Amino acid sequence: MDYRRYGFIAAIVITLIAIVTNIGAAQVPPTAIVSSMIGTTIAVATPLTLGALCGVFCERAGVVNIGIEGMMLTAAFTGWFGALYITSVLHASPMLGLLVGVLIAIASGALVGLLHAALTVSFAVDQIIAGTVVNLLAAGLTGFLNRQLFFGQGSAFGGQIPRAAGVLPRVRVPLLADIPLVGSVFDQQPIALSALVLVALAHFVLFYTRWGLRTRSVGEHPRAAAAAGIDVLRVRYVNIVIGGAIAGLGGAYFTLESVPSFEPLMTNGRGFIALAAMIFGNWKPVGALSAALVFGAAQAFQINLQLFRESIPPKFNFLQQSSVVGMIPYLLTLLILTGIIGKTTPPAADGVAYDPERRT
Amino acid sequence: MPNLTTNETNTNAPKTGDKLRKLLAPWTVPALAVLTAMAVGAILIVVAGGDPLAAYLGMLDGSLGSPRAVSETLLWSTPYILTGLSVAFAFQGGLFNIGAEGQLALGALTAALVGYSLHLPAVIHVPLTILAGAVAGGLWGAVPGWLKAKTGGHEVISTIMLNYVALNAVTFLLAGPMKDPAPGNVLARTPLIDETARLSPILSGFRLHWGFPIALAVAALVAWVLRRTTLGFEIRTVGANPDAARYAGMKVGRTIVVSMALSGALAGLAGAIEVSALNHRHELGFSQGYGFDAIAIALLGKTKPAGVVPAALLFGMMRSGAPRMQFLTQIPTDVISVIQALILLFVAADVMVRRLYRLRGDGERIVITRGWGS
Repeated sequence: MDYRRYGFIAAIVITLIAIVTNIGAAQVPPTAIVSSMIGTTIAVATPLTLGALCGVFCERAGVVNIGIEGMMLTAAFTGWFGALYITSVLHASPMLGLLVGVLIAIASGALVGLLHAALTVSFAVDQIIAGTVVNLLAAGLTGFLNRQLFFGQGSAFGGQIPRAAGVLPRVRVPLLADIPLVGSVFDQQPIALSALVLVALAHFVLFYTRWGLRTRSVGEHPRAAAAAGIDVLRVRYVNIVIGGAIAGLGGAYFTLESVPSFEPLMTNGRGFIALAAMIFGNWKPVGALSAALVFGAAQAFQINLQLFRESIPPKFNFLQQSSVVGMIPYLLTLLILTGIIGKTTPPAADGVAYDPERRT
Repeated sequence: MPNLTTNETNTNAPKTGDKLRKLLAPWTVPALAVLTAMAVGAILIVVAGGDPLAAYLGMLDGSLGSPRAVSETLLWSTPYILTGLSVAFAFQGGLFNIGAEGQLALGALTAALVGYSLHLPAVIHVPLTILAGAVAGGLWGAVPGWLKAKTGGHEVISTIMLNYVALNAVTFLLAGPMKDPAPGNVLARTPLIDETARLSPILSGFRLHWGFPIALAVAALVAWVLRRTTLGFEIRTVGANPDAARYAGMKVGRTIVVSMALSGALAGLAGAIEVSALNHRHELGFSQGYGFDAIAIALLGKTKPAGVVPAALLFGMMRSGAPRMQFLTQIPTDVISVIQALILLFVAADVMVRRLYRLRGDGERIVITRGWGS
């Protein structure tokens, strides 16, 4: 069943890359385009992969998390603010600022995770509503703080717009990055590389460790897990906070790895695409990564098509409109969600609050 | 049903004080949630270096301080009532419609198209413009309903994806095929709609228009449909328990599509009224996030029309008073979004509010979703 899924994904990714390569072939050698498309795909898929991993951890423990968007947005803001503060007020080196910024982003993601855990686990709030609270709160707070801290009278930077610390530099993995054509997978910025590592790690933790077994049992049948001596509430709390930290790293991607700036609402629905990637990936880390790659390829398609817009055949003039091509990732998400490539099965207790004092 | 219990306990406790308390009981938690959110907002304002009392008084002055301010408040409330009803209506059917924003945008777009491309007498043109918007929103809303009924694709994700599709489509149309061809126009916006397609102001000199009473009438209509019609009964039953509804012979899939379509129609209506009565054209980015605020409004109003209207009025007050607050105290209007999110937080986590104010009893739980499976 999973193979069918991966075949479908490979087909979409290859088609998108082939179209761009065809259109741009007159200007740039095809191998260079393929290599660049693969690199962009990985880069764009990074926040989606990390967001989806966050979802996997939460939902394997039985808590629906549609607040990934808010977690990433908060982390993008705090990481950005931290990096700026360290470099321009404390006059540290840009590299140190960026690294501490990433750590701050991870910590703030974990903190938002704690809020989601408190709402869903302790207060038994409807989990989708709790996620919506997280999203709206993150949007409101980051918008408010962005104006207040950067542009307000008493701003941390004295009303001046501070100089950005830049973005995290590329890291070449020795040997692997020299492979022709697909070497660009290993010639990435650090958060993109760590996303690939985290997928492998998450797979191992969830399916080969005691903690993973406990997590999954809590997500499938919390009462049975409790009877076996597992502290259901604690397992849920820890997993949501871990998920939040991972989403925080995904948030850092936006302001510390992709572009050196913060815009209100800059996550732009990526948290929800991550969620769709998680569902399509059947609540598995590797599946989530593969689905994230589809959206990554769709975005890479949009970006690269803009570069070669002059060469688009007149018949396909509409592809020159960025708003038309911009629909593709979202339409793909819809298509994928309709389940044409087989049904997915969520953890049985996903979305249900657990009350230790009730016997059902 | 809450009415039943009220009557029963009243026979045991005939004191008027108790009667009043029972009457106010459903409002206690939302009211305290609003107060608590404003208190937390006050802390935020202090941290930002402002005077919360002055800020809130400024907001009050800006929203209710003059006839013009009241007119602006009701103006803001109009799309809030309709989009709030849209989200609340879906909630009643057990569906979470995050797509009101996209449905509103397409409703506005279609209304603008009918408004400027057709030339008819006002008696036909006005209702046609508004209805066209509602139909467009309804069709856009039916899509996620259909996806859910046919394939089980969860509406939370599909409505969000459709928001982005709608946004991109609207951007494309406003910048290209539907762009105002007037010389010198560089903005992504449609031409002005005909005079015959415009809803007029209620009082000359004020911006408040007939869309507001229409929104109130629609609220009453929605309440009637939900409480008194077979369709409303089916929608609520499917929302409460789809398995029981199926067992009772209801067509669950069809009901889901109808719920989402009507929910979308309400959001589309909101967009159409904004175009017909206020902006007289569709301009890119005209919506101030009505569709997202609507989620908080619907929950604050306990997903019932009778609650949505006051919740929308409150949000309308906040929005219309915010510029005055910013003018008087230099507190950015963004603080309003934070307070609104906090209101939603405290309404959702009512246990928190109950503990904070030492309230007894367990409020009626709003069950919205049952995970991804259903």
